[in-house]
Amino acid sequence: MTTHEKLDVRGQLCPIPVIRTQNKVKTLASGDTLEIICTDPGALNDIPAWCEVHGHRLIDAKQAHNEIVITIEVVR
Amino acid sequence: MSTKKVAIIASRGTLDWAYPPFILASTAGALGYDVKMFFTFYGLELIKRDLDLKFSSLGNPAVPMPFPVPTFAQSLPGVQKLMAAALKQKIKKKNVASIETLRQLCLEAGVELIGCQMTIDLFDYQRSDFMDDVTIGGAATFLAYAADTDINLFI
Repeated sequence: MTTHEKLDVRGQLCPIPVIRTQNKVKTLASGDTLEIICTDPGALNDIPAWCEVHGHRLIDAKQAHNEIVITIEVVR
Repeated sequence: MSTKKVAIIASRGTLDWAYPPFILASTAGALGYDVKMFFTFYGLELIKRDLDLKFSSLGNPAVPMPFPVPTFAQSLPGVQKLMAAALKQKIKKKNVASIETLRQLCLEAGVELIGCQMTIDLFDYQRSDFMDDVTIGGAATFLAYAADTDINLFI
């Protein structure tokens, strides 16, 4: 059974969104999904790059108004 | 795939220059890379137990100013202190992580911090001036690791 979790890093700047994502994903299992809500536009590139290095799957990355929502699936 | 390795030499000890090495090291830690940082000369300020980082716009002409300030005016007594206070205020207001936080994140990610023994001797520092978590070593300690890394940075 997989879980879907959220991580709120609004207001945080580089490198905190990536580091908080890493720490959160450590607690998740393969197949779990994580929704990262942030305001740092740099995260739109940084979190997908972080995903690629670890082999996690990027499901969606969208920006609406000043908020960015990135959804990933943990792959181990 | 073997773990990627990163070696960073941090040679600057001011508040502005404290950011690049710690941001890169903490992020490399989050990417799962093996990271060692070697602090030499003024970089040693960054691993002091109590941080008291200074900032100067003198010799630093790219510092953004709210309005143009001639260099001679920047050198007047107290002006540099004001600039440092303004930078600290800006860091806080923009919610940029503090150097203390980034340093802690590096340690939590398993980044090894190495202080340069020769510089410690040169400036008459004591081991107790530095965090307990740092290792003290010399050029050979760094090079033995750096020779087999994927990313090598001198900052």
